Amino acid sequence: MHLRTLVWREFFERKNQLVTGFLAVLLGITVIVSIKNITFYSEKAVARELDALGANILILPKSASIQDYYSADLQDEEFPEDYVTRLILSDIQGLDNLSPKLSIPVDMGGRSFTLTGILPKNEFQAKAAWVGAGIFARPQGCGTVGGPTDGSIPPTQNQPPPQETLVRRTVIDDLGSTEALVGAEVAASLGLKDGSTIDLLGKTFTVTAVLPQTGTVDDTRIFAHLHTVQQLAGKGSVIHAIEVVGCCNEISRGLVQKINRLLPEARVVTVTQIVDTQIKTNRMMSRLSMIFLVIIVLLGGASIANYMYANVFERRREIGTLMALGATSSFVLRAFLLKALVLGLSGGIAGYILGTVLSVTLGPRIAGVPVLPRLVLLAWAVGISTAIALAASYFPARRASRLDPFATLQEV
Amino acid sequence: MLRMEAVSKHYNHRGQLVKAMDCVDLNVEKGEFVSIVGPSGSGKSTFLLTLGGMLTPSRGSVWLNGQSLYGMASDERAQTRRQKIGFVFQTFNLVPYLTALENAQVPLMLARVDEGSQKRVALSLLERVGLADRLNHKPSELSVGQQQRVALARMLANDPEIVLADEPTGSLDPDTTREITEFFVALNREGRTIVMVTHNQDTAARAQRILWLVDGKLYTAKPKR
Repeated sequence: MHLRTLVWREFFERKNQLVTGFLAVLLGITVIVSIKNITFYSEKAVARELDALGANILILPKSASIQDYYSADLQDEEFPEDYVTRLILSDIQGLDNLSPKLSIPVDMGGRSFTLTGILPKNEFQAKAAWVGAGIFARPQGCGTVGGPTDGSIPPTQNQPPPQETLVRRTVIDDLGSTEALVGAEVAASLGLKDGSTIDLLGKTFTVTAVLPQTGTVDDTRIFAHLHTVQQLAGKGSVIHAIEVVGCCNEISRGLVQKINRLLPEARVVTVTQIVDTQIKTNRMMSRLSMIFLVIIVLLGGASIANYMYANVFERRREIGTLMALGATSSFVLRAFLLKALVLGLSGGIAGYILGTVLSVTLGPRIAGVPVLPRLVLLAWAVGISTAIALAASYFPARRASRLDPFATLQEV
Repeated sequence: MLRMEAVSKHYNHRGQLVKAMDCVDLNVEKGEFVSIVGPSGSGKSTFLLTLGGMLTPSRGSVWLNGQSLYGMASDERAQTRRQKIGFVFQTFNLVPYLTALENAQVPLMLARVDEGSQKRVALSLLERVGLADRLNHKPSELSVGQQQRVALARMLANDPEIVLADEPTGSLDPDTTREITEFFVALNREGRTIVMVTHNQDTAARAQRILWLVDGKLYTAKPKR
């Protein structure tokens, strides 16, 4: 027989009292695991949506009005290109990519199009819609499942681009002063293809690629190097907008406000319809889980402490007898703490299982996202429940170890 | 072997001083069988638990084999109890959720004896007290006489030199009382030192020496009241 035999046998001796303490831990952990699991997958869903959208933050002139997110850069007012440098040199975290743009209207074949100056590599990285066509592998650094979560390392730096995109990528990276990319609608209406030449504002450009259909205003754009377009516009080093791929986690932590503070002369907008509602929901879930954490600590802890004190009181003759037989104080202390450990472990594991089942079942209905089991929550649940059980049992256990054996043997 | 020197134990009960033991002197030789007789409330249990290192006296000292019991640290005293002293209680004090075999194993578990040896020793002791067919019975499934025999087996598990028994026959019928008394006599014949507190005059008479404890004072002859 060992100490654990003694603890295990006693565990089932007073089942009714045990149930209260166990249920308090079980239910608390269940609720927290459910909320944390659903919140996690909800946040990932937001991240995926933002990734799919491409740039999710726009930096515009102060007076700019937003009618259409995709044509928001078609403004009259400009601001200095220097803003890009200020952003790059700042310590703001979560800026996955910056793409400055200057857009001017051009007429070709009796139709009006938009000539947009871009810094090619950045522009392509910011366009999720073009990735599917294999033109460019844009970074997946915005907290998406399986990708870096802090956005500090674009995965494209860690892995080589697909072989079939290499040639075009090189062209895009090196987009020269007379090279242009044309949107699908421009190419269709003017009959342009790779290698065609076009005249824009008195300058001849060679079409290096026809971009695939995106369903946005980009299909009616012609893209050229930003500095070439600036020369053609004759306005100096100015831009209409900076598209930013902001990490959604950082957006929720106030990325927009940080950019606003850095560039007070500019207007910073984000895809509020998605970000605000989803992030508000996620925040609410996080707060709920914190509230439940406090409840479980207070309620679960009080319940276990109460159970343990009652257990010590009921077992005082047994404790006195064990001491008479030669048990030390530390033996008695260990017996009660081991019992608390078993209670915490079993409550944590059962709470994790129940919470996971609940979140997987109810997650799609509550948050509209598929939820899968997460093993990391098992460690978290067991850690919390065990810590609570041990902390709540420490004083009752210490009291047991300090019982006066004479009093316990006399009074019964 | 076992010696008490001017031991007093005083309690403060609701503002009143209670003298459970008052300047008690006692010397018990190795292999001696001593009975302590006295009325209820005379301080017999206090006396026995103080003698066994379970209750620190208010004054005086208790010596075991030349060592002061209360001069030891509490864990050292627990170790001494584990190795040298066996307790028997009137209410048996068996652990209710353990079987007879497991109850007899408890002192061996506390002494960190390996599990195989625990079972072997406990089994032979239960056979000795006539309970070989009740090994897996819990205390609630045993008669009071059987429970006391399990308690005796448990007491013997660590082969103690000294047996301290607090009214061991107080809850038993006359036949079982005789059996248990004979068992103590047999233990004494094996060379164990026995100090037994009892109400029962017949049981007390089997001891080599009878002492009277009245109002916390120890007498060698029955005091006149």
